[in-house]
Amino acid sequence: MLTRLSLMAALTLATATSALAQAETPQQGGKFVFMAPYASSITSLDITAPPHTQDEIVASAINRSLYSWNVEEGKPQLELAESVERSEDGKTYTYKLREATFHNGAPFTADDVLYSYNRLADPAKALTGAEKVLGIAGAAEFQAGTADHLSGLRKIDDRTIEITMTDLTDPGWSLMSNFAPIYSKDYPEEQLASQPMGLGPFKLANYIPGARVELERFEDFYEEGKPHLDRLDIMLMGEAAARDVAFRNGEIDASILGPVQYEAYRAEPQLADHILEVAEVYTRNIGFNPNVEAFQDKRVRQAINHAIDKDLIVSRLLKDKAFPAVSWLPVSSPAFDQTAEPYAFDPDRAKELLTEAGYGDGLSFSVTATPNESWGVPIVEAIIPMLARVGVTVTADPVEGSVLSDKILSDNFQAFIWSNSSGPDPLTYLRCFHSATPQSACNYVKFSNPEFDALLDQAGAEADPAAQLELLKQANNLLQEEAPLWFFNYNKAVMAYQPWVHGLKPNAVELAIQDYEDIWIDDSAPASRK
Amino acid sequence: MIGFIVRRTLQMIPTILAVVLIIFFIFSVVPGSFLTSLMAEGRNMTNADTLAHLNEQFGLNDPVPVRLWNYVTGLLQFDLGISYRTREPVTSVLAPRLWPSVQLALAAMTFAAVVGIPLGFLAALRPGSLFDGVTMVTAVSGLSVPEFWLGLLLMYVFALQLGWLPSFGYQPGSLRHLILPAIALGVSPMALLARTTRAGVLDVMNADFVRTARAKGVSEPRLVRAHITRNVLVLVLTTMGLQIGSLMGQAIVIEKLFSWPGIGSLLVDSVAARDIPVVQGAVLVIVLWFLIINMLVDLAYALIDPRIKVA
Repeated sequence: MLTRLSLMAALTLATATSALAQAETPQQGGKFVFMAPYASSITSLDITAPPHTQDEIVASAINRSLYSWNVEEGKPQLELAESVERSEDGKTYTYKLREATFHNGAPFTADDVLYSYNRLADPAKALTGAEKVLGIAGAAEFQAGTADHLSGLRKIDDRTIEITMTDLTDPGWSLMSNFAPIYSKDYPEEQLASQPMGLGPFKLANYIPGARVELERFEDFYEEGKPHLDRLDIMLMGEAAARDVAFRNGEIDASILGPVQYEAYRAEPQLADHILEVAEVYTRNIGFNPNVEAFQDKRVRQAINHAIDKDLIVSRLLKDKAFPAVSWLPVSSPAFDQTAEPYAFDPDRAKELLTEAGYGDGLSFSVTATPNESWGVPIVEAIIPMLARVGVTVTADPVEGSVLSDKILSDNFQAFIWSNSSGPDPLTYLRCFHSATPQSACNYVKFSNPEFDALLDQAGAEADPAAQLELLKQANNLLQEEAPLWFFNYNKAVMAYQPWVHGLKPNAVELAIQDYEDIWIDDSAPASRK
Repeated sequence: MIGFIVRRTLQMIPTILAVVLIIFFIFSVVPGSFLTSLMAEGRNMTNADTLAHLNEQFGLNDPVPVRLWNYVTGLLQFDLGISYRTREPVTSVLAPRLWPSVQLALAAMTFAAVVGIPLGFLAALRPGSLFDGVTMVTAVSGLSVPEFWLGLLLMYVFALQLGWLPSFGYQPGSLRHLILPAIALGVSPMALLARTTRAGVLDVMNADFVRTARAKGVSEPRLVRAHITRNVLVLVLTTMGLQIGSLMGQAIVIEKLFSWPGIGSLLVDSVAARDIPVVQGAVLVIVLWFLIINMLVDLAYALIDPRIKVA
């Protein structure tokens, strides 16, 4: 109950903050300096090549996709189209495109959509953004080399396109992605990495690789009166203490906080008033490999969920910068069941379950973990004594990030602790547990349950959104019951911002990715921002 | 002189080849790959077809000897390959990082020399004095203080408390942005230079030729300028050469802390992403920098001390 209350309180706070920002009248002009919390620098300004969040932050200011994510309503919305009609069979969508121009003045047409999606799916280019268009009819043939374009794309006229999907999945979920932007068909592809050109509210002014991206207002952006800002600087810094100094010194306007800073900022009234927090769509978990015999018994998996006091870990180690998890789908997911209860911390029940499963004398396993403070070795160290109380011996197998995924994809682990995307699209992310999904995709624990598969198959074939959502809720609850994971927490992303900043939104998909065109600064901003 | 430069340049080739081989084989055996690094964020469900196409595009399916042969033959044509991450030529990825790295290394060394050498000199001229004691304690502290901690301390004092300097970042041509990272990086070589200079000066001051010069009535200022300084410079220059040569590689922590876009931070990012062509390129730049600086130092010996011939 406490968990649910804290989740709801956080969401309410975030929503209220956002609503307050929107109720004010935006002012035009000025500069916004955003510092994102990534240790690695920006890789490329062509977002279709590297699948990294830090690159997405910049891409969301420069580019636009056919759909976008509506933060307030928590669902995809049309972005580059004015309207859409769905065919009777629910698979073909006809879009009337909006009038817009690229940064170089070229008009946006249906050809640009066809070019962008065909480019993404082209196997010769091996773009990681390809997964976003794989639901379009003909993608499989294109990828396999038996076709030279996506047969599900059709230009009707310059401002009308038709997209045919392979199933009833709403294309908005994938085509809203920043990894599936619409590029100009006439712009040289080789220039995209360093001199990008898109349809977004900001255009590139200066790029210093490894240091910063400076963007300036695009005067011909299709939304009237937007963006409000004249300039936008985006920088990255992995070290939280250094970000803290820069924020307190007024050198940056917004900064993502780590657990230590979150605790400190909440304790300081002048900073506590300007904190935005949201439950992001990341679920931190320990995945159990069924190659370990004990993990084939769901009572063992349930026992581990009962044996760990996750609330204690969240409050003491993570300084409350996380929401204890109930199941796989996060609280911000439309298929999250508000009535579901998390596994209670109950070591006695854990012992009972282990005894019933034949492990009353104990068992042992290792957890492969990165050094991450919120979902890595420190968490494994915290659960070791808790599990020891019920006779389970755990050891940490410390590795770095790319080795963690290497060990998981090669099935070389007993258990792992990770932070995985679990939204916003519930169907896509529940499919990670469908038996047909290979381990190399995202079924890392090789989960296989006919009942679960049937629910997902039904949901995938269901045209009525409400009925589909109900099936997904059932699937998520079944997943909780089956406990292929230890459901640890949902990330609470926290952003501190200066008092002169307005228009920031609690984006559950990724807080660092903002609707930059809606951000504005008021008169109290220092001279360096005007 | 030209013969010396040509000979030293040719001597670099086996060193470079050895480094290339070592890096290549290390990354052939360490776990993790570029493809698995793509999944490290836990949010990417890159499909198997795309991963297979990526493997094919970058030749990652080829056996190690084939990949090594391709790399070395490319290198001989000054082609460092294509970055897996950005899909740009490695030279294009390295180029914008080079000047910030050189700038930081030179600024740190300038700070180290301007502060460290006079301190060491003055301490040696008053051995056993309070000044000598304080200088040497400072030098030992400078050698032992972690750069990361010192960087944060400098940020706190000079940016947050005093407001004199920006706490982080890089702006082309901005001296203000350079000062704090240069000091943080330069403190350790400064301390080493102070200790080396002190030891060198003390050594020379006890040499026979100095005693003779004093006995012949040479004034102290002239003695220091013409005899002691000139003789100590060879030792100081050697220390400076080794330090400045290694500063580019040592700057990784400082570059990360101050968001400085140098070769070091690029190297760290590339290792984490297993972007092997860029790793190799970055290591090559660091090695070349070290070798060239040391060649220049050897050339400088001849200018300082006529007894040393480089030909």
